[in-house]
Amino acid sequence: MADRLATFVIWSAALLVTAAFLGLLGEIVWSGAGQLSWSFLTDAPRNAGRAGGIAPILVSTGLLLLVCLGVSLPIGLGTAVLLAEFSSSQSLFGRLVRRSLDVLAGVPSIVFGLFGNAFFCIFLGLGFSILSGGLTLACMVLPILIRSTEEGFRSVPEEYRLGAAALGLSRTTTLLKLLLPAAMPGLIVGLVLGTGRAIAETAALIFTSGYVDRMPSSLMDSGRSLSIHVYDLSMNVAGGNANACATALVLILLLLLINGTASWIMDRWLRRRLITI
Amino acid sequence: MTRDSENRETCCDSSDAAPVADSSPACAGEAEPLIRVDNLSLAYGHQRALDDVTLTINRGCITAVIGPSGCGKTSFLCSLNRLTDLLPGCRVDGGIRIGELDVRSPKTNVIALRRRVGMIFQKPNLFPLSIRRNLDLPLREHGIRSKHQRHELIESAIRDVGLWDEVHDRLDQPAQQLSGGQQQRLCIARALVLRPEVLLLDEPCSSLDPISSAVIETLIAGFRGRFTVVIVTHNLSQARRIADYAAFFWIKNGAGRLIEHGSKQQLFDAPRDPLTESYVNGRTG
Repeated sequence: MADRLATFVIWSAALLVTAAFLGLLGEIVWSGAGQLSWSFLTDAPRNAGRAGGIAPILVSTGLLLLVCLGVSLPIGLGTAVLLAEFSSSQSLFGRLVRRSLDVLAGVPSIVFGLFGNAFFCIFLGLGFSILSGGLTLACMVLPILIRSTEEGFRSVPEEYRLGAAALGLSRTTTLLKLLLPAAMPGLIVGLVLGTGRAIAETAALIFTSGYVDRMPSSLMDSGRSLSIHVYDLSMNVAGGNANACATALVLILLLLLINGTASWIMDRWLRRRLITI
Repeated sequence: MTRDSENRETCCDSSDAAPVADSSPACAGEAEPLIRVDNLSLAYGHQRALDDVTLTINRGCITAVIGPSGCGKTSFLCSLNRLTDLLPGCRVDGGIRIGELDVRSPKTNVIALRRRVGMIFQKPNLFPLSIRRNLDLPLREHGIRSKHQRHELIESAIRDVGLWDEVHDRLDQPAQQLSGGQQQRLCIARALVLRPEVLLLDEPCSSLDPISSAVIETLIAGFRGRFTVVIVTHNLSQARRIADYAAFFWIKNGAGRLIEHGSKQQLFDAPRDPLTESYVNGRTG
């Protein structure tokens, strides 16, 4: 009896979660798919977004991601290497950095937004710009990226390191030729999670990259990201719901595309490395 | 120091020479010490692993290191190529010389040392790369630029371990698809490709089936005279079959110690220490 009850509870919980997700997706597809067309992707928004497309918003989102990943990838990779390969897991330094990262990962994004506004926009004088927004996103993504890349490095068997050292391979060679490729899956996971978090972000961006919906002319220009567009259309613009759903659909498709491409590239890359000299 | 002179007297003693039919001249003749270990002690944090080990290892000979688990045999091997540098919390004291090279000196080029002293581990540890690249990587690292030359070295190393016929048509396939015995032979080839002087083998057959193990054993026996081999083994009959010398380690006062070191015949047939005697006769350990 108790077994049955448990089975029932577990199944209904699972069903509930799935149903919620499907309902959400269904709603978005139902009300958004009709608006979706090629011109929706290539036109500028008109009438505060009620009509027209999302071309400048797509471009702004792309630029934001580019800045975010361009900054967070090298820093994240470097920190992960330092944590996993050059400091013992018990050292005070390692523990301190790791604990700080975990705290940072849990900080609400609005706090990142306020920090970004105070530091990048005002203190560094970058103003409301895609650069400020991208840098703020980088700060948000870094903890996720570092921790999962570090896990990637730690999951590489110790035998590789000892074997490489016994063959007289330098640490650099060991790192670049053996450990980095072996840790690649962890890096990709971090990248996908980080991109997901960055692309879904609104709170942190409203304060930093602004929400001007025209085509950005440079990184110093203010720009509106997809998720801010969704937020603005559904909250501030009466009659913008249909386009909000269409934009949300684009956002989801974009995420799927990024995840798919990342795993495809990793797969191909790993296979190629193995076969060729 | 006294043990040193003892060794030189007892090793390859001419009166014992008759059964050593398989010893090649390089080992059976005038013994020439290559590795000298002086008062070596080793500890992991507060845990002592080796205490006061002194012995010499002769050039071109096969020296078997035997003893129960946890008596510091592997630590001893790792100190010879300074792999101990990588082990967390590991402290080493005492002197190790290989030829003229002071292994423990901070000025010693560790990379060059490890090129000279190859090591084979208990479990095959090929990299997740192709067969060719497993051997190519160390060659490139040690500055062999010509692709042609690298290919020749790779081929001769793989031939050396008798694996060429089995793998020559799939050099670009993942190395980890090979069988356990083939992987271990490829590991040996990878060590040989750098033309080392000394080979350290840490129970190279322990993870293999008896047939693969016999193949590797024959291979190692064939290294006599070409390389100076130090092999850790739990398999006493293997030590009897392939070694010229044997060193017996045992745990005393919580740390591994060298109890006895001498020629194979002396250590197995006429051990001086009662501990050695009961161990080689299978009564302890």
